[in-house]
Amino acid sequence: MNIVTKLLSAGVGLTMSAGIALAEPAIIFDLGGKFDKSFNESAFTGAQRWADETGGSFREIELQNEAQREQALRRFAEAGANPIVMAGFAFADSLGKVAPDYPDTKFAVIDVNWLSLPNVRGIGFNEHEGSYLVGMLAAQASKTGTVGFVGGMDIPLIRRFGCGYAQGVMAVNPNATVIANMTGTTPAAWNDPVKGSELTKAQISQGADVVYAAAGGTGVGVLQTAADEGILSIGVDANQNYLHPGKVLTSMLKRVDNAVYEAFSAGENLETGNFQMGIANGGVGYALDEHNASLVSDAMKSAVDAASASIANGSMKVHNYTDDESCPAISF
Amino acid sequence: MDIMPRWVDIIIVPLLSLFLAAFLSALLIIAIGESPIAALNLMIEGTLLRSAGWGYMLYYTTNFIFTGLAVSVAFHAALFNIGGEGQAMIGGLGVALVCLFIPWPHWTLAIVGASVGAALFGMIWAGLPAYLQAKRGSHIVITTIMFNFIAAGVLNFFLVDVLKPKGSMDPASANFPSTTHLPTFQDLASLFGFEKAFRSAPANVSFFIALLACVAVWYLIWRSPLGYEIRALGKSGPAARYAGVRPVKIIMIAMMISGALCGMMAINTTQGESERLILNFTEGAGFIGIAVALMGRSHPLGVLLAALLFGFLYQGGAELALWTKIPRELIVVIQALVILFTGALSLMVRAPLERFFMSLQKAKE
Repeated sequence: MNIVTKLLSAGVGLTMSAGIALAEPAIIFDLGGKFDKSFNESAFTGAQRWADETGGSFREIELQNEAQREQALRRFAEAGANPIVMAGFAFADSLGKVAPDYPDTKFAVIDVNWLSLPNVRGIGFNEHEGSYLVGMLAAQASKTGTVGFVGGMDIPLIRRFGCGYAQGVMAVNPNATVIANMTGTTPAAWNDPVKGSELTKAQISQGADVVYAAAGGTGVGVLQTAADEGILSIGVDANQNYLHPGKVLTSMLKRVDNAVYEAFSAGENLETGNFQMGIANGGVGYALDEHNASLVSDAMKSAVDAASASIANGSMKVHNYTDDESCPAISF
Repeated sequence: MDIMPRWVDIIIVPLLSLFLAAFLSALLIIAIGESPIAALNLMIEGTLLRSAGWGYMLYYTTNFIFTGLAVSVAFHAALFNIGGEGQAMIGGLGVALVCLFIPWPHWTLAIVGASVGAALFGMIWAGLPAYLQAKRGSHIVITTIMFNFIAAGVLNFFLVDVLKPKGSMDPASANFPSTTHLPTFQDLASLFGFEKAFRSAPANVSFFIALLACVAVWYLIWRSPLGYEIRALGKSGPAARYAGVRPVKIIMIAMMISGALCGMMAINTTQGESERLILNFTEGAGFIGIAVALMGRSHPLGVLLAALLFGFLYQGGAELALWTKIPRELIVVIQALVILFTGALSLMVRAPLERFFMSLQKAKE
C-alpha cells in the first residue's frame, strides 16, 4: 500500500501539480515583482493573510514578459483556479480578451474599474482622498512651507495621487510650494530606487522638508534618502512607517491587501462588478502606529480626522485628476 | 586545421555544453529545495506535450530566428551587431505606423506592408552605426549598443507622446485595426478542423516568414556573389580588398540586412501577438539572438535549431514559474547558464575534445 502510494505520488504528483481542477485562488503579480515593499507586496500580504487564516494555499506567478500575461491568466483558469486576482492596470487589455472565454471563473483586477464583464470584479481606489489626508499632514509638519512629491511612472493614476496630495497641502497652507517629479515614463520607473533618491535630493535642495513617494519600489530610495538627510517622508500603498521609525511621517494606505483578502475569502462566490474603494468604505487612509506616533501631534491628527470624516460623509469632495485630466492645485 | 570530424564540432560540442548547463542548473534547483527531475518533466510537459505549449514555444522561436539570423549575417562580415534590440524596437515602430495609418483591406497585404515597414526601419537604424563603422572606423560594438539606448528613448517618446490614446494609462499605441490581425496557429488549425489545437497561443503566420528568411539567408550567404563578398571580407579584410571587394559597401549592406532581419521580428510580436505597439515587446530577443547565432554557428539551420531550444527554455521557464515555487530570478539564471555554456564557454568543451582527437590521430600514425 505504502509503496503504491509512493509510486503514485511520484508519478502522478507531477501531472497533479500541472493542475487539474484545484479550486485554489491565484494571484498574478506584474513585471515589477512582488517584493516591492509597496503595491505588489501589499497584494501579496493580503493573499498570505488569507492563506495563514484559512490554512489554504494559492497559486502565484511573477510575470517575466508581456506574452505571459494572457498565458498566465488562461493557464490558471484552465487549471481551475478561482478566483484569479491581478495586481495592476496593465492587465486590463489581456483580461478583456480572456475573461469571456472562461465564464465560470471569477477574475478580480486591482486599479481597473472600467471593464464591464459579467465575471470580472474591478477594484478602483480613491487615491486622491488618501493623498489629500497625507498632504494635510505634510503641510502641518513642514517648517519650510515646501513639500515634495515623487511619482513613479508618469501616468494619470499617479497624477491622481499627486493632485490629491497638493490639494491637501494647499488646504492647510495656501502659500505652500509643492514640487512634483516623476521618476520616468516607462514601467522601469516603478523599480528605480537610485533615481528616487536623486529626485529626493534635488527636492531637498529646493527646500522640501517632507517628501511623499507614490512610486512602488522606487519609493524605497526616496524614504531612505529622506531619512539619511534628516527630513520626513511619506510612504505609500502599504504601511511603510516601520522602514525608518521616527523618520516616516505617515503612509498613505491603499488597502490592496484587503481587496485581495476579500476576493480570496469570497472564493467562487466573488461578487462581480466595479467597486470603488475610498475613505468612506475603508479603502484608503493614512497610517498611524508606534513608529510615527511622536511625529503626528494631536492637533494634526484632529485636523486630518475632521477632513477624513467630511470626505467620508460626502460634505467635502477632493478633485480627482482622472475625471478631467487637470488639477486645480498643481500642474504636472 | 580540421582536427575533429565535422559532426563532432556541430553536434557533440553543443550537446556537451548543454549537458553541462543542465547539470549546473540541476544543482541550483536542488539547492533551493525543488526536484530537478520534476522541473524538467514540467518543462517538457508544458511545452512539448500540449499544442498550446508548442504555440508559445514557436512564438518565441520566431523572434529568435529573426534576431539569430540577423546576428549571423553580420558575423559573416566579421561585424558584431549587438544592436538587435534597438533595431527590433524601431522595426516595431515601423510596423505600428504601417498598421495604424494605412487602411489595409486584408491581412495578406498588411503583413507585406508591415514586413517592409519593419525591415526598412530596422535597416535605417542599423545603417547609421554601419556608416560610422565603414567611413569613420567607430567600432560597431560600441555604436550599436549606444543605438539600443537611443532606440529605447525614441520608442518611449513615440509611445508616451504621440501614439498613446488620450486617457490611457499604458504607454502603448491604440489597437491595430482588425484587418491587420495575423492568423494564429489556432486559426490555421481550425481551418483543418482542429478547433482545440494551439488554443490562444500567440504563434502566428510570421513563423513561416521566419522559415523563409532562413532559406533566404542561406541562399544569400552561400549561393550569391554578394554573400561571397561578405564572407570574403569577414575572413580577411586585406585579402578581400585586394580581390576587389569594396569594404564600405559590404559593411553597409551586411549591417542593413542584419538590421532588417531584427526589425522583422516585430511583425511577430507587435502585429501578431499584442496587435498594438507596447513598450517592452522585444523582451531581450535582440540579445538572445547573439547566443542563438553563436550556438547555431551562424548557419541558418543551426540558428533554427538553437532558436527552437531557446523557445523551449522560454516557454519551459514560464511553466516553472506557473507551477513551482522556483523564483523567476532563478529561471533567468538557468537560461543564462545555457547561454554562457553554449556561447561563451564552448571553447572550454572544444579544447579537451580537440586534444582527445589529436591523440587519436597520433595513435593512428
